[in-house]
Amino acid sequence: MSRIARRFAALKQEGRGALIPYLEACDPDFETSLTLLRAMPEAGADLIEIGMPFSDPSADGPVIQMAARRGLKAGATLPRLFEMVHAFRKNDPDTPVILMGYLNPVEAYGPLRFCEDAARAGIDGLIIVDMPPEEASVMQACAAENGLDIIRLVAPTTDDARLKLVLSHASGFVYYVSITGITGTRSASDADLEAALPRLRAATDLPVAIGFGIRTPEQAAAASRIADGAVVASALLKTLAETLDAEGRATAETLPKVLAQLQELAKAVRG
Amino acid sequence: MTNSTGTNSLRNGPAESGHFGDGLGGRFVAETLMPLLLELDDAYKAAKTDPSFHKELSFYLKDYVGRPSPLWFARRLTEHCGGAKLYMKREELNHTGSHKLNNVMGQILLARRMGRKRIVAETGAGQHGVATATVCALFGMQCVIYMGAVDVERQQPNVFRMKLLGAEVIPVTAGAGTLKDAMNEAMRDWVANVQNTYFLVGTVAGPHPYPAMVRDFQCVIGEETKAQMQEKEGRLPDVIVAAIGGGSNAMGIFHPFLDDPSVRLIGVEATGYGLDSGKTAASIERGSRGVLHGNRTYLLQDENGQITEAHSISAGLDYPGVGPEHSWLHEIGRADYVGATDDEALEAFQLCTRTEGIIPALESAHAIAYATKIAPTLSPETLLVINISGRGDKDIFTVADRLGVKL
Repeated sequence: MSRIARRFAALKQEGRGALIPYLEACDPDFETSLTLLRAMPEAGADLIEIGMPFSDPSADGPVIQMAARRGLKAGATLPRLFEMVHAFRKNDPDTPVILMGYLNPVEAYGPLRFCEDAARAGIDGLIIVDMPPEEASVMQACAAENGLDIIRLVAPTTDDARLKLVLSHASGFVYYVSITGITGTRSASDADLEAALPRLRAATDLPVAIGFGIRTPEQAAAASRIADGAVVASALLKTLAETLDAEGRATAETLPKVLAQLQELAKAVRG
Repeated sequence: MTNSTGTNSLRNGPAESGHFGDGLGGRFVAETLMPLLLELDDAYKAAKTDPSFHKELSFYLKDYVGRPSPLWFARRLTEHCGGAKLYMKREELNHTGSHKLNNVMGQILLARRMGRKRIVAETGAGQHGVATATVCALFGMQCVIYMGAVDVERQQPNVFRMKLLGAEVIPVTAGAGTLKDAMNEAMRDWVANVQNTYFLVGTVAGPHPYPAMVRDFQCVIGEETKAQMQEKEGRLPDVIVAAIGGGSNAMGIFHPFLDDPSVRLIGVEATGYGLDSGKTAASIERGSRGVLHGNRTYLLQDENGQITEAHSISAGLDYPGVGPEHSWLHEIGRADYVGATDDEALEAFQLCTRTEGIIPALESAHAIAYATKIAPTLSPETLLVINISGRGDKDIFTVADRLGVKL
């Protein structure tokens, strides 16, 4: 059983959903993001998503765009990212780590080499935003051979026929994009989510996490109750950005503030 | 708009999946947009086979756009260069001053068929933005144009034209504030407003079916050129030269000639300060395969797969990518891709203006620069067509600035 499957199974036993925070690699620098990554499980992260910075994140809102730009400025590359996860894994063998990003840096690195190095670093799953199932052939086989889950996005626009196709290419868990829009903008209502889930549940046995627009502890609690997990990204990155100095460097406030917010979210998710 | 159908034809692409050749093109978008692209593909396929759609499009192309555009024998420019006989396909005479309206007219009729009420578009030089704002005014539709903040600065006349036409122009400050960033922002708008919005892409790039659809709407340029040259010279042209940013004017004039191997097709990229200056927009000559804005194509990128900023004096060519079908034509060697620098374009801009009384767009000036460079090396029997994709009124401020003239 993969780390992702084990974690969701354990949480099911506990009777609650997962809290999945997001951080951007090397935002605002390698050391700070590694320290944040290491502190996240203790602060209540059940799974962790790490953003792979890309110059043109066309599905992301301003908050993640800025985070990606800071990461790139601080020298984020895939080797640096793998180094970061490798360091994290030395002390944490259990918390699943998922990479989220865009296809071009992965293709430039080489899909096979990427999957091998990602697996070796201790990464569990991949979310490649601009790689729909129709274009996944370059990754599908090498991801599977290296034990990496390809986590599929399902959107409100995904109709039933398409849902089947998308799910046939999914593993690990399903990421439900709760709104039609970019990250960190609108939020779906609990009622929207309640209405959306049965369709997904009927089509898959995989756990479902909800993301896009989840900001507050209340929203995280509701999403993790309605589905099996809640992804919080822009809200945490916004807090991080607000603690930086005028040159965009981390300050003494950076880690405590982000971790305090994560703890609040975790408290709500754990009821 | 009907492509030939022989099995060996080069005009049959893309495959049903949207791919040209070995994995170029395609549909690399977030899941939210996939269903919309599939719907668009279906709607376009239905329109393509519907005679009433073609009838409607022909009506607007003739009576509103002003087609056909003339094929002009550039006598003085030919004499000046000495060598090949230079013809100009006069796309700058279209309503709104460029070839852009050919595509925009096709897509707006499609958007109407699909019941969309709000149009979103990206623009670089503003030519596509103006064309889009124009048809939105014509059909009473809401129009939102994303334009890089730097481009807004250097293309003020077009920004004002768009506003006069009733469009909302949103300057994009992300990145370098040029066409690439405008494209990102237009895609973000589309994904957030999928229910009522039609994304009207201006070039032969983006996710399938845009590259094929925009090409089809632009093929009128090459089809007319073929017939006009037949009428004037009784044969096919020998060389066709067109400027390439995303590549829509070039694809429009190239495509009807793909199966005529005697016709040499030359795409002229903007090499900016020079091919190896690091400040260039030559995606084919200095780029490599990658995925951006929904398609796999040649891109300017660093070794980590981060997209690098393009540079060109011409806002319409200032883009780090190129349409995937051009990448394919490059890979199979059917078309040649060369470059012209900012300075060469500037010189050609003035040469064309003085010898032919035609002020070309800076984009088109790149094609003129290369054509006039090779013309003297070609025999006087050689028939060379330059696609004058747009007129240069919008560029006079940029040119004045570069020539040190204060307006």
